[in-house]
Amino acid sequence: MEHHAEVLRGGVWHQRAAGWRDLAAILLVLTIIILVGAGARQMVAPLVAGEQPEISLSPMALPAYALRTTLRMVAALVASLIFTFTYATLAAKSRRAELVLIPLLDVLQSVPVLGYLSFTVVFFVALFPGNVLGAELAAIFAIFTSQAWNMAFSFFQSLRTTPRDLDEASRSFRFSGWQRFWRLDVPFAMPGLIWNTMMSMSGGWFFVVASEAISVGDLHIALPGIGSYVARAIEEQNLVAVGWAILAMTITILIYDQLLFRPLVAWADKFRYEQTAAQAVPRSWVLDLFRRTKLVRGAAAPIGTMMQAAARARLSLPSYFRAGDDRVPSSRLLDVAWFGLILVGLAYTGWRLLQYAGTELSWADVADAFGNGGLTLLRVAILIVIATVIWVPIGVAVGLRPSLAEKVQPVAQFLAAFPANLLFPVVVYLIVRFDLPPKIWLSPLMILGTQWYILFNVIAGASAFPTDLREAAASFRIPGWRWWREVMLPGIFPYYVTGAITASGGAWNASIVSEAVSWGSTRINGSGLGAYIAQMTDAGDYPRIALGIAVMSLFVVSVNRLLWRPLYAFAERRTRLD
Amino acid sequence: MVGDTNSANIDLRKVCMVFAKPSGEPLPVLADIDMAMRNGEILGLLGRSGSGKSTLLRIAGGLIKPTSGEVIYRGAPLTGPCEGIAVVFQTFALFPWLTVLENVEAGLDALALPREETRRRAQSAIDLIGLDGFQSAYPRELSGGMRQRVGFARAIVTRPVVLLMDEPFSALDVLTAETLRTDFMDLWIERELPTNSVLMVTHNVEEAVLMCDRVLILASNPGRIAAEIPVTLPRPRNRLEDEFRGIVDEIYSVLTARTVASIGALAQVHGGIVQPLPRASVNRMSGLVEKLAAPPYNGQAELATLASALALEVDDLFPIAEALHILEFAELKDGALKLTAAGGVFARGSTEERKRLFREHLLRFVPLAAHICRVLGEREGHSAPRMRFQIELEDHLTGPDAQGTLRSATAWGRYAELFAYDDKKRLFSAIRSAG
Repeated sequence: MEHHAEVLRGGVWHQRAAGWRDLAAILLVLTIIILVGAGARQMVAPLVAGEQPEISLSPMALPAYALRTTLRMVAALVASLIFTFTYATLAAKSRRAELVLIPLLDVLQSVPVLGYLSFTVVFFVALFPGNVLGAELAAIFAIFTSQAWNMAFSFFQSLRTTPRDLDEASRSFRFSGWQRFWRLDVPFAMPGLIWNTMMSMSGGWFFVVASEAISVGDLHIALPGIGSYVARAIEEQNLVAVGWAILAMTITILIYDQLLFRPLVAWADKFRYEQTAAQAVPRSWVLDLFRRTKLVRGAAAPIGTMMQAAARARLSLPSYFRAGDDRVPSSRLLDVAWFGLILVGLAYTGWRLLQYAGTELSWADVADAFGNGGLTLLRVAILIVIATVIWVPIGVAVGLRPSLAEKVQPVAQFLAAFPANLLFPVVVYLIVRFDLPPKIWLSPLMILGTQWYILFNVIAGASAFPTDLREAAASFRIPGWRWWREVMLPGIFPYYVTGAITASGGAWNASIVSEAVSWGSTRINGSGLGAYIAQMTDAGDYPRIALGIAVMSLFVVSVNRLLWRPLYAFAERRTRLD
Repeated sequence: MVGDTNSANIDLRKVCMVFAKPSGEPLPVLADIDMAMRNGEILGLLGRSGSGKSTLLRIAGGLIKPTSGEVIYRGAPLTGPCEGIAVVFQTFALFPWLTVLENVEAGLDALALPREETRRRAQSAIDLIGLDGFQSAYPRELSGGMRQRVGFARAIVTRPVVLLMDEPFSALDVLTAETLRTDFMDLWIERELPTNSVLMVTHNVEEAVLMCDRVLILASNPGRIAAEIPVTLPRPRNRLEDEFRGIVDEIYSVLTARTVASIGALAQVHGGIVQPLPRASVNRMSGLVEKLAAPPYNGQAELATLASALALEVDDLFPIAEALHILEFAELKDGALKLTAAGGVFARGSTEERKRLFREHLLRFVPLAAHICRVLGEREGHSAPRMRFQIELEDHLTGPDAQGTLRSATAWGRYAELFAYDDKKRLFSAIRSAG
């Protein structure tokens, strides 16, 4: 899912990598996916995915299901954090590692997660034959992929933009690599990291719902959780149960937010690098509770002391982790050797890919996939335009009224976090009921969940619009349309672009679950690339799933490079005053 | 603290520093620096921005490795940051997520001392620097002055033999800076600091004379030591004494002589097109001309006097004075600025007259401006991309210098209505009436 850490942080968007690196990385990712999938496919036949408990549709079962779903989220969060700390650190501290790791991350961000779900499910299930653990890991992995890339990017960016004076102070005090990591690197990255984690959370809920109940070929998996509950409700055409699931999800997200993210955001406020006091300090009643309660504080104190001591310890990491002295130009010979190694690796994977594709696919398949891709592209474009026309005026109207914005903003954020795929059955039921043409009426599902990014970014932009400029515009009595064109739209443009990037990236991903849907035994196919991938997944046709993913990645990367990045750079340049 | 006064704590021998331009060409920033920090002294490094003084301080602290030459610390070559050398930063460089006490203790992390010893030493440094009562505050709650006190405490807690201070007071307001300077000097005079010698980078001439035993003046492009001025006045020093003023004036004379010499030298090269232009806005130039023309100066003033009257530091005042010198509205000589006849006319003129005069002088004395006009006149469509001139300048100047020069030429040319510039298209174009 395309979130782009640095955009969300409102930072400057640097062109990170040249085009050929993207291509190389796409190649690499695809090949790994295909090889893993192809290998695992041979193991599918004798495999039975363990004893699976029946999913109950009773509302009483929902709290337990919600808990299971939440646990998967937490597990994925921990895994993402570990990945972030190691992967991004390696990329930031070693020039050679960066050459490979960063383009790879860039592409992974753009590959539709739901597309390769089929591969990972088969892979993990094959790892633990006859055990439900494999399926659990696959679901956790799906959530992991929806947030790890953004988090790693955010951390990497922070590591590379560490303020020079703090870097020099750390070196002048001769911190060891370990001390520096906990004293400087992690604290400095914390606000961005938490913000990105929060933004990725909506993707996480979406994927946990989608990945709990999944069928790949003959393999059917239903893990106890809200996602499976909904899948079962769809099978049995039980609209009431869908309603219960929506309610349970709403409560779960609210609790998760209150218990995990509010306290985190409030706590992370002390890591802000700006030295000015903030006007609005984020608060959390949970954190206040922890800070004020003597008992809790007493219990937490030894843990705090232990962690402090751990951070102070002069553990020495291998030398390539140490900052400062590794960025000097090192030996040419090693560079050439490293580069050669990458080229050989790429050539090999390219050859394997061609060989594999040659035997399984024809040009007609490619044309078919591209045709479907065009259809989905058209849908995404039209939907973004519609969402823009609706939400920009509303967002501006709300953003300019601070008291209203304060109330609407959390709602918009909640709506963005809510997994829209839980709402699909309601819409699908209506389509079936009134016999509407699916090619048109399935389309809005794609943007159901991600349109809110446009809304809340526009609200944020309008709220941040300088009061003096507004007053100047008012005192010059700039009339209606010109007010929009010359005052407000340029002001919110960078925010809008950020929101639209996220919305369109999310829409591509959602297309896989929204272009082909079912209600009981009724199947509705809206065609398009998402439907293509979904169909091939049902059929267990790996070469065509891979083709679908490749084409979708190509579309997403191209749209980003050709449309969003130039727009973002333009917005950056236009709205700067110095 | 005590010891052989002839031996040096840090000794720089033939130190050169060369950075690489984006194009890969070498860009020398420091050339052949020989400098010794003697026992028991405060050594000042004074120079314009871009003279490499901060780089020099970082080399002395082991934070940057020089391209060539040696750094000797107490008899042994320095290979990196080392125990006994502490740095105070211009921007304080405090960790915003640590409290005052934790920030000070962080200075001791590398020593891996027992917990109680760390706390005790941090506490005594905090007491010494006058931070008692602020231990649990976060840096963002503190004023600039208190923050820099934390910076000092953090440096002193390591009991450094050598203290390196990079413009430690320049981010503070005038009153706060004065208080901190006085407090620091009191500690130094009373020998309460564990430190043996201090190296201080500054661009405030009075500050250098007030605090240092010796002042080294750095010349720019590449940075090299232009003069060494000993300050032997007894402490505490009084800014109003004649001897004090004498040394300040002497330093300004050296600085102006360097500036005038480098303007003269670069005007000869390549038709003068590549002469770097100082970053001075027309508004500031007009302001200084008006100030200079009015009583009590009546057309002439010492730079030292102007600097303290206008509360400008060397880095603020010199670019404006230099611009006026280049445009021949004023003459920079022996530490004084003297209005020329044209400068006097400019000071009295109306907006239109000023513009006309400025245009004439710009065309006559700034070859780059004339060059831009000529190119615009010759080219089809009477326009030229910014890149065209930037590349031309970068053949001779560093990237930032080339950009700054072009920016000044653009601003001055726009004011004089010599040419127009469209920043969106990054395009210069001729103004029809001017042609």
